[in-house]
Amino acid sequence: MTESTVLENASQTSLAGVARRGVIRRLLRDPLGIASTLLLALIALIAIFAPLIVWNDPGVSQLDKVNASPGGGFLLGGDSAGRDILSRLLVGARLTLLGGLVAAGVAAVVGVGFGLAAGYRGKWFDLVSGWVSDLVMVLPSIIVLVAMFTVTGPNAVLAMFVLGIMLAPSFFRLTRSLVIQVKRNLYVDAAKVSAISDLRIVGRHIFTVIRGPLVIHFVLITSVAIIIQSGLDFIGLGDPNVPTWGSMLQDAFRSLYLSSTAYIWPGLAIALTVASLLLLGNALRDALEDVERAPRAARKANWVAPVRSTAPTASDALLCVEDLVISYRNADGGLNRVVDGVSFEVRAGEVLGLVGESGSGKTQTALAILRLLPTGGHVAGGRIVLDGEDLAHRSQREMTSVRGRRIAYVPQEPMSNLDPTAKIGSQLTEPIRVKLGLPRREAKERALELLEQVNITNPQRVFDSYPHEISGGMAQRVLIAGAVSCDPDIIIADEPTTALDVTVQAEILDILRRLRTERNLAVLLVTHNFGVVADLCDRVVVMQTGQIVEEGVVGRIFAEPRHPYTRALMSAMLTGRPSRRERSLQEAVQ
Amino acid sequence: MILFIIKRVLAGFALLFGVSTATFALVYSGGGDIAGQLLGGDAGPEAVAAKARQLGLDQPLMAQYWHWLTHAITGDLGVSWYSSQPVLPTILQRLSVTLSIVVVALLVVTLASVTIGIVAALRRGWIDRVLQTASVIGLALPSFWVGLVLVIVFAISLRWVPATGFVPFQESPARWFASIVLPVVALGLAAASATAQQVRSAVIGVLEQDYVRTLRARGLSGTRVLWGHVLRNAAPPGLTVLSLQFISMVGGAVIIERIFAINGMGSLAVDSTLKNDIPVVVGVMVVMTVVVVLINLAIDIVNGFINPKATVAS
Repeated sequence: MTESTVLENASQTSLAGVARRGVIRRLLRDPLGIASTLLLALIALIAIFAPLIVWNDPGVSQLDKVNASPGGGFLLGGDSAGRDILSRLLVGARLTLLGGLVAAGVAAVVGVGFGLAAGYRGKWFDLVSGWVSDLVMVLPSIIVLVAMFTVTGPNAVLAMFVLGIMLAPSFFRLTRSLVIQVKRNLYVDAAKVSAISDLRIVGRHIFTVIRGPLVIHFVLITSVAIIIQSGLDFIGLGDPNVPTWGSMLQDAFRSLYLSSTAYIWPGLAIALTVASLLLLGNALRDALEDVERAPRAARKANWVAPVRSTAPTASDALLCVEDLVISYRNADGGLNRVVDGVSFEVRAGEVLGLVGESGSGKTQTALAILRLLPTGGHVAGGRIVLDGEDLAHRSQREMTSVRGRRIAYVPQEPMSNLDPTAKIGSQLTEPIRVKLGLPRREAKERALELLEQVNITNPQRVFDSYPHEISGGMAQRVLIAGAVSCDPDIIIADEPTTALDVTVQAEILDILRRLRTERNLAVLLVTHNFGVVADLCDRVVVMQTGQIVEEGVVGRIFAEPRHPYTRALMSAMLTGRPSRRERSLQEAVQ
Repeated sequence: MILFIIKRVLAGFALLFGVSTATFALVYSGGGDIAGQLLGGDAGPEAVAAKARQLGLDQPLMAQYWHWLTHAITGDLGVSWYSSQPVLPTILQRLSVTLSIVVVALLVVTLASVTIGIVAALRRGWIDRVLQTASVIGLALPSFWVGLVLVIVFAISLRWVPATGFVPFQESPARWFASIVLPVVALGLAAASATAQQVRSAVIGVLEQDYVRTLRARGLSGTRVLWGHVLRNAAPPGLTVLSLQFISMVGGAVIIERIFAINGMGSLAVDSTLKNDIPVVVGVMVVMTVVVVLINLAIDIVNGFINPKATVAS
């Protein structure tokens, strides 16, 4: 683990610390966030002070008010027993909210407790509690509560306690998966190394990080509990002596043909409360995600004038990138330039290395050429000229005919780049059939041939396999076979060896080298590794923070790197074992 | 795959055993009280004791459970203490009513939520915002209240459909349809809102996967990648949500049946609970668990076919 990753993690941790203060601020800037918070506060105040507010006793019947229309001191009319609906509505908030909170509270305590233990400890405890949680989760809670009524009787709080246990698995699963994510972070290891007790690690380091999502879940579960509890009251399994919104609806339902408006109010009260909870949950989620996505301060490069050895000659260039600008729209609606005025060209049959550390914009440049930038990213300026045609402003439909046949792509991480649900064979033959119009059988022959060309000894077996049945090195070969399957002119290879074992790396590079000679392929090789550059490339473009800092033929760059950043990248490489060609290059330099 | 199914079936039996044991232990632990409640407050202690003996309640709990279990395995869930009807046929008859509503609701929910979810995931923008708002509203309105409003508007005011009752399909398909429209809408609204949201995020999740980009980079069109790859990968989470929705709609039917005076599983559960008809209560739990196990098994098998990795992982 390098120092920079440790620092990066540390900065993220402190960022999370800032985030928490930011969440409330962002929540209050979101109109829905404010509205739902205020509404919930109002409902809570009503629930707490209801006995002091109401002017008609919610339990006292007045015979002349049975199913009465609004008016005469009963602002919302009377129910089937002649009681004031408004008073009952206000007082009914108490048990309704209490029930929701009890259920969510029990669910949170049980679920989070077991989830922390299962996620942190793992092993048999994780297995057993996961199994129990799955069992409880599948049962319909209303039916269980109905059956349990013979045991609990009309005791709302006890019933909500049972409901809490029924709802605990969702907390359990959420907590467990969060803990497992956090556990992978370095600072937990650091805490373990410094011999802090497990309880303190869980309490201080893990719980503080995961509490955000748990709070959101608590809000949502409260809304679920309120609806279920109201439903129980509605079918008459509640406490008949204390009004709740559910039991008021039951009463309204029984006199549906007699009273015209009584059914509206309790339903509205439930809907408003639940909607506020849901909106608050959504607003909290947005606020949390917003903070996490907050753009890092744009890195300031020690800007040193770029160094060019050869002037671009447009005549023989296959791909010509001119003044490319890539921007991302961030959450505030502002634009973030990740690539700023990059120009280079790739000639037919040439291998150009695009080198830089992560975050330098090299992958963004590569994806922009394919016009496959992730959501939010777009080409904000410049031209991408392939054989005289500008791709920068083509529609996605027009790009479909360019991709595969003209430009192909070899990704970095082999396993995540194969559709896990489809056999290798169908993933290989689909583009061949669609792009080249070959019938199924010929496409299969071609695919098997391609697999052989990328040194796969048993093509038929791989053809019939699912991605999870083959190794990473094998998967990368499949992806290279897929890239060349429709005879492209240029391949964009994004760190094609980074995710692989050292022995496999060399072989993949060999395959790329051979395909390049056999097919006169141009390759744009994105990498951070000067060893790979030395092995395969003709020329190099060095990128730093979205700009090109140096460009030149490989021999010259290795012999006399002019830009300090290039020298820094190369010295990082030289501490590793130099490759064959690298050594010969160095010897040549000496 | 076979091994995977066998494992799932065994897990199902374990669940069934666990649920029936727990239910039995909880509801029967009342002991002699139960007989007293059955006979009402006026019954003398001798009558209560006789009743308890007649129902086997004087036996130790373990013995009662053993008796119940050995019969239950053969499909005999006992007889109702009130109607003296055998429990299982009663439940199955009621179950068919409930299922005919819930299954139709599930079909409607699936169609609506999958369409809306996919469109929202692909188009984003205003369609997405409308979906977000609609789903909050759909989730916030309690199904029983929606049911009440539907009855008032469409049955009482407009008189388009009958307010209550259930007509079996065999009797008259048209009247069957009229009798289930409102319950299906009331049941399905919240489920469709929740499912559409889940489908949306599942599709967005898959769209952000590396292999989608790689497939696009091979020159496959967006539509082709969507139908051939994205939906298949988004299906497992979607199906899981649907199975959970199915289960929660079976639960929700308890309440909805009340509104529409439909004699299904739900009203049976509530009535027998209120009457302390314990063999029926236990029977309802057992049958419900079987239904849940079967649904989950079906979903697991479908998932196993869609995503071969799932069968390896578990």
